[in-house]
Amino acid sequence: MALSELLEERRRLASRLRSSVIELSHRAETPHLGSSLSCIDIIATLYSGILNVSPANAAAADRDRFILSKGHAATALYSCLCFKGFFDSIYLDQYAQPGAVLAEQPSPGCLPGVEAATGSLGHGLSLAIGMAMAAKIQQQNYKVYALLSDGECNEGSVWEAAMFAPMHKLENLVVIVDYNKWQATGRSEEVLSLSPLKDKWTAFGWSAYEADGHNLEELDRLLTKVPDGSTKPIAIIAHTVKGKGVSFMEDDNNWHYRIPNKEEVDRAKVELGVL
Amino acid sequence: MRNAFADELTKLASEDRRVAMLSGDIGNRLFDAFKEMAPERFFNCGVAEANMISVAAGMAMCGLRPVAYTIAPFITYRCYEQIRLDCCYHQQPVVIVGVGAGLSYASLGATHHSCEDIACLRALPGMTVICPGDAWEVRGALRQALKLDGPSYIRLGKKGEPVVHKQLPDFQIGKALAIRSGETVALLSNGTMLPNVLELADALATKGVSVEVVSFHTVKPIDKEYLAAAFRRFSLVCTIEEHSLIGGLGSAVSEWICAELPDAASRFLSIGTPDIFLHEAGEQEHAREVLGLGVAHMIAQIEKRL
Repeated sequence: MALSELLEERRRLASRLRSSVIELSHRAETPHLGSSLSCIDIIATLYSGILNVSPANAAAADRDRFILSKGHAATALYSCLCFKGFFDSIYLDQYAQPGAVLAEQPSPGCLPGVEAATGSLGHGLSLAIGMAMAAKIQQQNYKVYALLSDGECNEGSVWEAAMFAPMHKLENLVVIVDYNKWQATGRSEEVLSLSPLKDKWTAFGWSAYEADGHNLEELDRLLTKVPDGSTKPIAIIAHTVKGKGVSFMEDDNNWHYRIPNKEEVDRAKVELGVL
Repeated sequence: MRNAFADELTKLASEDRRVAMLSGDIGNRLFDAFKEMAPERFFNCGVAEANMISVAAGMAMCGLRPVAYTIAPFITYRCYEQIRLDCCYHQQPVVIVGVGAGLSYASLGATHHSCEDIACLRALPGMTVICPGDAWEVRGALRQALKLDGPSYIRLGKKGEPVVHKQLPDFQIGKALAIRSGETVALLSNGTMLPNVLELADALATKGVSVEVVSFHTVKPIDKEYLAAAFRRFSLVCTIEEHSLIGGLGSAVSEWICAELPDAASRFLSIGTPDIFLHEAGEQEHAREVLGLGVAHMIAQIEKRL
């Protein structure tokens, strides 16, 4: 597929995903909408031509692994896996209802394609490292991708992991930080300053890059270059906007917890071109 | 115990290429043979226990059988949430090995004591908790733990403890090992206390008390069959552990009594450490004396109940 077609496919998927996470938040009255919207373009890119995963063989030993370490963006992952055919849409319809398989944050092995139960921050990168090391030990060629939030980088365990991965030359490992500049109760920079974030990862021994996390061409360019020719693991600091894609949610941290009403859902869908 | 652990692990890893070893920067030279045998499966993870446990879980999710090893308080309390979520919630076969458990490192102070680790770990759904009584039991415990489909915690002493068994016993997780038979009192020894419990049994025997001793190495799952039989047969059943009275083997037996055999409560005695931190210098045996695990003190407690 030509790059332009691929980018168009990702663009369409991203709009559908945004619409879906807004709808799910409204229907199930679940929070973290802003956080889900900021990482949509990254997830849409990964699941369209980057990750070597297949719904027909979701547990293949040599599949790539994607760990949504920021588990609070679960609706983005659920929607993407559903649209890609990993499970039936009935599961998405029942999201967060009492007794449903899909909870607000993923449980272990809940459905095909969900690699890990995340939600407590600061676990996903280390899990991904273990998986990347297992690939080397078992002489397999799969790659492992972990998506972290910027608030998550407050956790000490992230930096234990950041020190550890370059020691083992895990060039099959990619961490993407969804740097939307907000965390639960305030600006990331004012809660526990992360900057200069790229320099931190570089100093820890990673091949660190910065990207506009909503620019599909930039994301494609970086994510198709893994490994990048070095023996280092790759860190992509993806500059994003919380609530991206919906004008009245963008960069407004109220949408960390706010639930959209019916009218807001409809307005959002119009903006996204899906209504 | 730790030498037996390193030796047995090296053997098992040579037979099973899924076995990987992660160390929290301890055991200087202890793992030389392992490193020589399988350098690609040995990882010194540094002083970063949280990362080590999650890395081990990630490995297990991809089909490996990781064994993570460092000093007991650090591999339990420091990274408790990693154990809880990445190992237990995901039901991954990670073998967590704590060395220097209980008061083994008494002289280093309470930072290095672990008298609450059993309580913490056995509360976790799906976790198996094994406290071997001597070097042979360590070997048996490791062999069995590596066959489990879920996480386990093996609680070791240090090195040079007396060896009680003459050879590898028929070690089964959740099944107490008979050491000495008797008729009046049953001593259920947990882990590192085994040599001292045998000393206690000798002392009671000289006083004319017929004592059975079992190595009650597995705290979870608990050996219900043995407990049911023991409370039928003996006038006193006594657990002895180098662990707090809160949450360890004694608590596990109490819970079993409450649920299964309430009438047995009057025939049960739990010996362990009190609910305090130790604030003084001294080696393990001193700490045991101070905290009520000296033989004389244990005899007095038992005699009060006979």
